Amino acid sequence: MRDMMDMIHQRNLEGYVGFANLPNQVYRKSVKRGFEFTLMVVGESGLGKSTLINSLFLTDLYSKDYPGPSHRIKKTVQVEQSKVLIKEGGVQLTLTIVDTPGFGDAVDNSNCWQPVINYIDSKCEDFLNAESRVNRRSMPDNRVHCCLYFIAPSGHGLKPLDIEFMKRLHDKVNVIPLIAKADTLTPEECHLFKKQIMKEIQEHKIKIYEFPDVDEDEDNKLVRKIKEKMPLAVVGSNVVIEVNGKKVRGRQYPWGVAEVENGEHCDFTVLRNMLIRTHMQDLKDVTNNVHYENYRSKKLAAVTCNGVDTSKTKGQLTKSPLAQMEEERREHVMKMKKMEAEMEQVFEMKVKEKKQKLKDSEAELERRHEQMKRNLEAQYKELEEKRRVFEEEKANWEAQQRILEQQKLDASKTMEKNKKKGKIF
Amino acid sequence: AGSELALHLNSLSKTNVIKKWSKGEGARGVPLSGHVGFDSMPDQLVNKSVNHGFCFNILCVGETGLGKSTLMDTLFNTKFEGEPTQHNQPGVTLKSNTYELQESNVRLKLTVVNTVGFGDQINKEDSYKSIVEFIDAQFEAYLQEELKIKRTLHSYHDTRIHACLYFIAPTGHSLKSLDLVTMKKLDSKVNIIPIIAKSDAISKSELAKFKIKITSELVSNGVQIYQFPTDDESVAEINSTMNSHLPFAVVGSTEEVKIGNKMVKARQYPWGTVQVENETHCDFVKLREMLIRVNMEDLREQTHTRHYELYRRCKLEEMGFKDTDPDSKPFSLQETYEAKRNEFMGELQKKEEEMRQMFVQRVKEKEAELKEAEKELHEKFDRLKKLHQDEKKKLEEKKKSLDDEVNTFKQKKTAAELLQNQAQQAGGSTTLKRDKERKK
Repeated sequence: MRDMMDMIHQRNLEGYVGFANLPNQVYRKSVKRGFEFTLMVVGESGLGKSTLINSLFLTDLYSKDYPGPSHRIKKTVQVEQSKVLIKEGGVQLTLTIVDTPGFGDAVDNSNCWQPVINYIDSKCEDFLNAESRVNRRSMPDNRVHCCLYFIAPSGHGLKPLDIEFMKRLHDKVNVIPLIAKADTLTPEECHLFKKQIMKEIQEHKIKIYEFPDVDEDEDNKLVRKIKEKMPLAVVGSNVVIEVNGKKVRGRQYPWGVAEVENGEHCDFTVLRNMLIRTHMQDLKDVTNNVHYENYRSKKLAAVTCNGVDTSKTKGQLTKSPLAQMEEERREHVMKMKKMEAEMEQVFEMKVKEKKQKLKDSEAELERRHEQMKRNLEAQYKELEEKRRVFEEEKANWEAQQRILEQQKLDASKTMEKNKKKGKIF
Repeated sequence: AGSELALHLNSLSKTNVIKKWSKGEGARGVPLSGHVGFDSMPDQLVNKSVNHGFCFNILCVGETGLGKSTLMDTLFNTKFEGEPTQHNQPGVTLKSNTYELQESNVRLKLTVVNTVGFGDQINKEDSYKSIVEFIDAQFEAYLQEELKIKRTLHSYHDTRIHACLYFIAPTGHSLKSLDLVTMKKLDSKVNIIPIIAKSDAISKSELAKFKIKITSELVSNGVQIYQFPTDDESVAEINSTMNSHLPFAVVGSTEEVKIGNKMVKARQYPWGTVQVENETHCDFVKLREMLIRVNMEDLREQTHTRHYELYRRCKLEEMGFKDTDPDSKPFSLQETYEAKRNEFMGELQKKEEEMRQMFVQRVKEKEAELKEAEKELHEKFDRLKKLHQDEKKKLEEKKKSLDDEVNTFKQKKTAAELLQNQAQQAGGSTTLKRDKERKK
């Protein structure tokens, strides 16, 4: 029935059809549905995470009413989410910011990444469960789509904690490392710092999020230029300052204003454009197609291979668990049939054997019986013969005796006669 | 600070402020003080889907000769595969072909599935079956892919049927019972768009009555046909208008006729020319608008979120999966799988045990049987042996008596002979005496 995939024919249109309107249909529907995005920020306190978020989304996500986590004292690493709904140009976005206060702030920071990993996994787990239900309703996507990792602007290199964190999270979430508070570095320092960081990232085989190439060459040049700037060095500000008659967001110093949106001052604009304006959808797609699928296949492989020889199941990962069970069932049915046939065979054979034995023994007994019978018969015959002979002999002798007796009688009679005649003296 | 605040408040009034929190649990609306740029999200999404390409699958159900292939060719302005089929098919088979089309920068992988032999048999009771099986098979394939451990849904070629064009014969009277039966079987599995085929055979007044009759028959038989969606304001109006024109009365033609100074697709009769794209002649343009230009994406979405979900739910429930246990605690996926698997393995083991037991039983019985037979055999031979012994004894007795007789006789004989000898000797001596006497 699946002969659909056999051949795909090319056809040219000879006139207007109308499916060129499909993109508009998709556009329309997506606007109606609205969008969602979850952004996680990780870094030691004081690196300006909250300020950057406010700058990115041009809103006071953290304000007096909803204070940012940095204003609260934490003893252990927490993972906290804030959900806001923002609208622009008719497009609605449900934005979830996940903050990790306390990260890297303790004296002993071993395993401070664990709560972060747990959070990311639990969101994947939620999605997996929602996806696996029999009755599936709308599945809200709360998975973490992007993790901004803030590197302190030491100017030297990555700290062991930075390396450890990124190594542990790079195959669970899209990691975008940022140099925080970049206005403390001069351009040269910044440049060296970036190169050092990228070198260490490559050394440790850390897979940070890669902005994908686009089709058109023009944009590709742009993408390559941006890739050279990685990791992006950012500055954030909640404050708007007037510079040369323009209202800009920036940080005012006695020696000047570091402008957030000035490409020569920092890479904030690059980050914002990449993160929000051009690659937000791609971040979601990579999360869905790569990170989530990894989580899912690992989770399901663990479940369905429970107690089964893993070497056998390696080739079965491409089958759905239901299909796998179906196949196991079929295999078992075949095995049973075979077993049944074998047992039947053995049974029949044994029965035949026994019957044969019985037959043989019967034949043997029969034979012996026959023999004895014949033996007996022979003896009978012999006896008969003997008797016959004896009878004959006896009869003969008796006959003889009778003759003798007769003779004797005759002789005695004659003698008597002679005696009487005086012949006898 | 004062000017800053004023600035801030000023910018507030220029931006979009959310007045209601609608989506998401606990999401509060916040105002934006400038252009962030996420309004490009729909464009980002569109670009990705254009790069990926689109996919659409149409199923044409209708009797042989109703112009299904011609209509497809006309709708998509191209020549698809296929020779016209004969009426002598023994059953209903489905033939599908996939085509790659491109209009401007949009690539479409279109699959057209035709029902061959539909309505040609004398007994049409099972006609709908192969269609239902085909639709289910596509759902099944998708479900299997979705359930795989290592899956590639992103690049999966979706073969599920997104739209079913049901071709109604232009009798002008009513639906055939085959149509009602088939549509009833299909309406929960696919989006049905009923169309009146070769509608140039019906006059305008008859057509209006025909449409009303068809619609009322569908309603009274509870057949759910696809309704063009009216929830999106931008297309609600046109869709609801079109809904009232269902079923569309169409004419297909790939032949071109010169009308005025243009070449148009038409069918030329002695009494006039039916122009396919003339909306006063037939509803072809409406069909094309609704099916392709306005609602193609919705048809695909409905298939995925409604028809496929229904199939999936039924299939999983059939296999015994459920969402909550009696205590109303939701099972996690892991628990469900494990429970299912344990149950399954337990079942298999039980079956194995049962079979073994059965064999053990049979063996026991057979053994008893054979033992019984053996016993009988031995008893038989014991009896025979006994008989034999008796016979032997009798023989011995006879022998003995014979021997006794022989002995007796021998004794008698010996005694008699002895006597005779003595007598003879005496007689002999007497004779001798006599002879002697005589001689004296």
